[in-house]
Amino acid sequence: MNLFQDALAWLTDPERSAGPNPLVDRIGEHLWYTLLALVVSALIAIPLGYLIGHTGRGRQLAVLGSGAARALPSLGLLTIFTLLVGVGNAQVAAIAVFVILGVPSILAGAYAGVEAVDRTVVDAARAMGMTETQILFRVEAPLGLPLLLGGLRSAALQIIATAVLAAYVGLGGLGIYIQRGISLRTYDEMLGGAILIVLLALAVDALFAIGERVARRAIGSGPTRSRPRPDRPEPLTTDQQSTLEEIR
Amino acid sequence: MNWVAANLDLIVELTLTHARLSLLPILIGFVIAVPLGAFAWRFRWARGLTLTVVGLLYTIPSLALFVLLPPIIGISFLSELNVTIALSIYAVALMTRSATEALESVDPDVRGAAAAMGYSGWGRFWAVDLPLAGPVLLAGLRVVSVSTVSLVTVGVLVGSRNLGYLFLNGLQRGIVAEIATGIVMTVVIAVVFDLLLALAGRLVMPWTRGADGGRTRRAARRIALTEGPA
Amino acid sequence: MSIRTVRKGRLATGAFAVGAVLALAACGSGDPLAPEDSGSETGGGSASGPIVVGSQAYYSNEIIAEIYAQALEADGFEVERQFQIGQRDVYMAAMEDGSVQLIPEYSGNLLQFYDAETEARSTEDVASALPDALPESLAVLDPADAQDADSYNVTAAFSEENGITSLADLAGYDGTITVGGNAELESRPYGPPGLSEFYGVEVEFLAIGDSGGPLTKDAIRDGTITMGDIYTADPDLATGDFVTLEDPESMILAQNVTPVVATDLAEEVTPTLDAVNALLTTEALIALNASSVNDEQDSATIATAWLTDNGLL
Repeated sequence: MNLFQDALAWLTDPERSAGPNPLVDRIGEHLWYTLLALVVSALIAIPLGYLIGHTGRGRQLAVLGSGAARALPSLGLLTIFTLLVGVGNAQVAAIAVFVILGVPSILAGAYAGVEAVDRTVVDAARAMGMTETQILFRVEAPLGLPLLLGGLRSAALQIIATAVLAAYVGLGGLGIYIQRGISLRTYDEMLGGAILIVLLALAVDALFAIGERVARRAIGSGPTRSRPRPDRPEPLTTDQQSTLEEIR
Repeated sequence: MNWVAANLDLIVELTLTHARLSLLPILIGFVIAVPLGAFAWRFRWARGLTLTVVGLLYTIPSLALFVLLPPIIGISFLSELNVTIALSIYAVALMTRSATEALESVDPDVRGAAAAMGYSGWGRFWAVDLPLAGPVLLAGLRVVSVSTVSLVTVGVLVGSRNLGYLFLNGLQRGIVAEIATGIVMTVVIAVVFDLLLALAGRLVMPWTRGADGGRTRRAARRIALTEGPA
Repeated sequence: MSIRTVRKGRLATGAFAVGAVLALAACGSGDPLAPEDSGSETGGGSASGPIVVGSQAYYSNEIIAEIYAQALEADGFEVERQFQIGQRDVYMAAMEDGSVQLIPEYSGNLLQFYDAETEARSTEDVASALPDALPESLAVLDPADAQDADSYNVTAAFSEENGITSLADLAGYDGTITVGGNAELESRPYGPPGLSEFYGVEVEFLAIGDSGGPLTKDAIRDGTITMGDIYTADPDLATGDFVTLEDPESMILAQNVTPVVATDLAEEVTPTLDAVNALLTTEALIALNASSVNDEQDSATIATAWLTDNGLL
């Protein structure tokens, strides 16, 4: 593949560190937007998810909300938000768009994690005299950690891919190479930028995979080995296993 | 709102074009992904590989794919095929995972019972596995549908004419109503498609209306929540 | 097995419903698989098929393209519109491969696209250099009076405070100069490389993808960038908020609106487009842009009104 050779040559060109648009800066911007958006999304989604998971209420609302969030075109949101808040605050506009993108996955991870905790464990905790808050934070939240991490992982990947659009409102990031590449029809730059984004996504993905594994080990395989719930006679084991894989 | 009144024709035209552009990738995605998902579900050895490959495809930003596809498969940069093929790839990537998940959500006891009744191989797949996986498949398809409608807008950056045009044009001209109209109409298309799919689901799978195992419903909900466009 | 029979019946009904719905939705327009590049087989286009008129991804260019398209239709040509095709590198490729046969261009930037080293600067020099620079399959018609050139703009306050009215004054400025514009400007001969070569000014660059639109102007106003690339036919330049820096070294070439057309179509369309270009002045272009930006009209309406007012429709 000639194209890929060109892209590799572009990536390894000394201009990438010495010339304008140094790679390190653009990668840094890209990761910064992703991290910021992920933290804000988590601050919104985790408490909400725990509430839904613990009380068992509002699941339909969550599904509806995520569907609606998905229907909103990121490019449209980004342009309108930036136009409304001004280019000086473009970062606020962009983070808002990425948060809309990230919240549903994290919400799902948080609530699925809590929901998947064996009800007999929760009942036992309650019998021991734990308050509802204690149950949530000492039992459900730790046991649901792997699923929550899965949700964060999915959100991070979506944000990394969408942060490409930030370049259109003067925020740089790796999207700048793709945007320039489109305008100038320089495929090496475009493909080089795309490869970097994919690599970034893979690295973040791997990081979360490790985190999930560690979390699962720490809680002794946790919810994947639960017994059937008294109110739902069907075996949950494979179901929960796939929950873990699904939410990735 | 000056703009909306003055541009009704344009809005209608772009909305219809947008709906048409969204349709084919959704269909292609479904038609390719279901057998692929079944393959990954049926043969354990293929599962890891298939799901990894579709997962990888999904990390490619849509914009990058729009631009890289033409030289790779040798079509014109401006060809409508470009956006169609790129979005079909995403639809397949999204839907394959859902299809595998859907088939996995079928209760092993039910499959066991079907086997006991004499169903085997393909017979069991068509008569038992596929219908029972239906609700989860539908949930996956609805996600693909909404995501595709939303992603089509990115195509405007490579010259595809759709509702995304209103974003760029509205940005250049500083007309907020124009961008807002683009967003609203995109959501309208997504909602209409979603309602039609839900309706089709009820017609094809009337048994899903009554009490159903929490198992499939939860799997469907999981898919509806966690999958998303990139 | 009555349940299965019922299910099959339902399946068929459902499938039919889905099919009907899809067919309905597909009515939007023709064959979804038909590629847009219908002109590609004919190479440079021919008298038989429709003329594919393209435009840049720039609202003002789209208005001119629409005027050309409507004028051609009025003269009995069949026209197909392929508007908003990215920037020069993309649409000129489409012109060269024949998938687009006519596009309004800006003469200087077009010349530099094919000949970055060109010495031509004036309207006349650029116009006479263009035919040789272009590939053989493409031709240019006579330029209009209207110009829409890249220009560097600072706030009136910045200009006054630092006594900067020209690009040449920038060399004496101490602070960091950040230039904002479309991403491709960063590598254009009239972008940062040109500022360095012609004026000895080293600048930082910020890509803002709205073609000198409201974001770029906001960025100049709020100081995110020192100066921004705004096209000279932008109606907002008349508001007095900005000072357009002079270009004594003629780094930026004359940018007359010039139709680029497939060579084998040139003769046929010349009378129509010449008539249009004869009336297209810079003032007219600014007014057209103002109808779009301020009155929020769409390009087809603006084009029809202009052609009617000028007796061409």
